Formats: sequence, C-alpha cells, structure tokens
Amino acid sequence: MTDTLLKTPLHALHVELGGKMVPFAGYDMPVQYPLGIMGEHNHCRAKAGLFDVSHMGQARYVGDEAALEALITADLSALGAGEQKYTLLLNDKGGIRDDLMVSRPAGDGLFLVVNAATKNEDFALIEAATAGKGTLTRINDRALLALQGPEAKDVMARLCPAACEMVFMQCGAFELDGVEVLISRSGYTGEDGFEISIPEADGARIAKLLLAQDEVEAIGLGARDSLRLEAGLCLYGHDMDENRTPVEASLIWAMAKTRRERGDFPGAAIIAQQIQDKTCQKRIGLRLEGAPAREGAEIADKDGNIIGIVTSGGFGPTIEGPVAMGYIDRAFMAEGTEVDLIVRGRARAATVTKMPFVPNNFYRG
Amino acid sequence: MSTKFTEDHEWITIDGDVATVGITAYAAEQLGDVVFVELPDVGKTVSKGDEFAVVESVKAASEVYAPVDGEIVEVNGELEGEPAKVNEEPTAGGWFVKFKLSDASQLEGLMDEAAYNEHIA
Repeated sequence: MTDTLLKTPLHALHVELGGKMVPFAGYDMPVQYPLGIMGEHNHCRAKAGLFDVSHMGQARYVGDEAALEALITADLSALGAGEQKYTLLLNDKGGIRDDLMVSRPAGDGLFLVVNAATKNEDFALIEAATAGKGTLTRINDRALLALQGPEAKDVMARLCPAACEMVFMQCGAFELDGVEVLISRSGYTGEDGFEISIPEADGARIAKLLLAQDEVEAIGLGARDSLRLEAGLCLYGHDMDENRTPVEASLIWAMAKTRRERGDFPGAAIIAQQIQDKTCQKRIGLRLEGAPAREGAEIADKDGNIIGIVTSGGFGPTIEGPVAMGYIDRAFMAEGTEVDLIVRGRARAATVTKMPFVPNNFYRG
Repeated sequence: MSTKFTEDHEWITIDGDVATVGITAYAAEQLGDVVFVELPDVGKTVSKGDEFAVVESVKAASEVYAPVDGEIVEVNGELEGEPAKVNEEPTAGGWFVKFKLSDASQLEGLMDEAAYNEHIA
C-alpha cells in the first residue's frame, strides 16, 4: 500500500527529521517527530510550530463569483482584497460537504484551500457548477506550510516583516527568501500564525529555513489534532460531514449574515427551519476526568439514556486532561450540564463545556 | 526471580507464584506519551489473551492482554495520578498489575530478554 501513497514536496524532509510516517488522506504524512505529540503540542502553544499541510487542496478561481458563491456560505462581494474567510461548501440538504478557506490575496480572482480527503470531489463540484462562468485552476505545484504559535510573528518579523502587518484573516503576496509566496495570517490551532503557499521546488528549502529559527519545531498530525481539538475546531469527516448542517455543527458563525438573509445557498430552507425550530442536535464541547473519550463514545444522561455521540476526543496537553466534542440532544446543550460518556462500557462523568477549551490567541491588531 | 517477555511487548517478572506485569520500554516508546491507564479490579480472574488493561496515549487507546492465566492480586495505583511513569520507568515504577499465577507452565512459552531483543530488532 505504501508505494501508492502520495508524497508532499516535504516528504524527504519529514523522513530526514525522523518523522513517524502514516497514511493520511492518501498521503504519507508525519504523525509525529522525535519530540513526540505532547512535546510538539506544548512547543506550538509556547513558541512556534511548523506544519506541512501541502496535502490540502489549493486552487485559484477566476470568473463569475456569484456562481461559486451559490455553493458556499460566504459573501464574496464583501470579501475585499487581502481578506480571507472560513466558509462551508454545502449539499442540497444543507449538509456540509467540506469546510474551506476562501481569500483574495493578490492577482486575479480567489484562492481556495480545501481539505485533502475531499479535494477531488470539491473541485469537481465547483468546476461543474461554474462551467462556462468561471475557471477553477487546481494548484498541484505548490507546498503549503503553517507556522503557528505565539512566536510565529517573531520568526516572520525576521524573514518576511511585511507579513507581520497583517491581522488575523488577512492575506497577500510576499517575498520570502527570494521566493514569491502567498501568506495568510490564519491557521487551525487557535494560535496566532501564518499559512504560506510556496512553489514546490522551494518548499523544502523554506521549511528548513523556518525550522532553523530558534523558536520553531516541526509538528506532526498528532499534535495538529490535539491543538485543533483544544481550539474547538472541527475535523472534517469526524465533527462534521454531509449529514450535519452548519446549525447542528454550531457553525452558524461561518455563514455570512447577508447570505442567511438572502437564503441563497444549498439547503437554505432546511437550515432556516432548523434555526427557527431550535430542536436539532448541536455540537458541543465536553470535559471529563480520567480516561479520554474517543470518537464514537456515546453520550448518556444521568438516567442512562443515550443523548448524543462523541465525534472527536483525546487528551488535551494544554488543558492537562481529556477533552472531547460531539453532538448532543438540544435539551442537554447548556454549558455546565452533567452527562456521562460511555468509555469501554463504563460511564465517565463529563460536563458540557464552552469551546474553545483553550482561549484563542489570534492577532487582531 | 526472572523476567520474561511476550510478543505483545509485555514484561513479566516472576517471584514465587506472583508475576508482576508491565509493558516494555519499546512498547512505551511506540505508544508515545501515556496519559491514562485503565487497570482491572483486584480479585479479577483473567485468562491468557484477555484484555486486562488499556493504555491511553495522547493519540489513541491500546489494549493490553494478559500474558498468562491468573488472578489480579494488586494494581499499581500510582499510575492513576502519574500515568507518565509508564514512559519514564516502564520496567520499574510503571508496572501495571500483579498476577497470582494459575499455571506456571505457561511461562515456558514466553521469551527471555535476549529473544525479546531479537524480536524487536
């Protein structure tokens, strides 16, 4: 199987760094380096971590933006030059096909970043829906790096000072070590940070340059997962999928107000009804003691009735305890509600908790 | 007193008819940072191959299987507060349980240290 896995432009570097390689979304990716998941997680929260996210799908869209907008929840007419939005690609039932970043960094049109596991379907859908109106160009020749953590800005101040003028969710074209790159001030760890799209021939060299900075350690998928979980962020295919709407996934904030008012996205009637009815399940955070509750653990009320399911769970190194998120019946969604999580047949007391579990550390100027 | 090893990366130190069981340094390193160990109740009877404990690392839960038949006579309560002992001292303070052996002849099928080192090489 291993020989059929795809490799990112940083693959040889991961191996050189001692990364433990595992299959992920069709790619051979580092789950951790010798520092270990806990060490990598804590380093990223304290200083800065470098993640290879080149497996994610990058694309450029040029043309009729209304045709693209009809598939997602962002208001593209309100997306100014140098701005980025987190948005959702929906199906006709309002279910979430994917979550993605859409931005207007520089040059013509829009820059999209979608999940690795869904990129082919996403791009095929966008191409079909915008045929004759716009052109989607898949970008297969660029690496994508994320530099995350409170000291990411100190690294960038040294290597690309202009990028530090951006605030959270801004983006632009810059020069980094003589290479033309696209940078956004964003990420998926809850920390301040930057995402950098680099021509693939320069990817490994720039990654090494970043890793050579005192603040920076390489971070694998394991810590990426625990960081995003503590930040209360959804992992596609786990915390949201085609069977969950943005209302259920507690992602109404990712739907532009203007779009909700116009009701012109897929599944709009179903979503409007759910917002009005207030009866659907909701995605919530959970804290517990002792054993971590993993994906698939049932959530029960104190009488033993099943009222939900855990969709992501594990140990939060910053929290120093287990954290989870999942879907729960509406009556139990209030913060502080006491429930049980069924871990290997044993009920473990848990509390519905506000997310993020760890406060966001975004730079807003 | 002698120490034996299983293919599932447990060590077993035998003292009379009591066997102390833990996981090897190799296993602990493979698992990564241990954050929780679920141990059986004292008095529980287990058969060789039964799941008797679960080790939770940051990333995943891994079952630990009984290397021999026996009765659990003691568990390492310190792991509750300090699960990291499994990483720090897997063959000392990171022990899991003590078994009263039902059938000492089962030990004969297990590896000695040299054979185990060969196994993980």
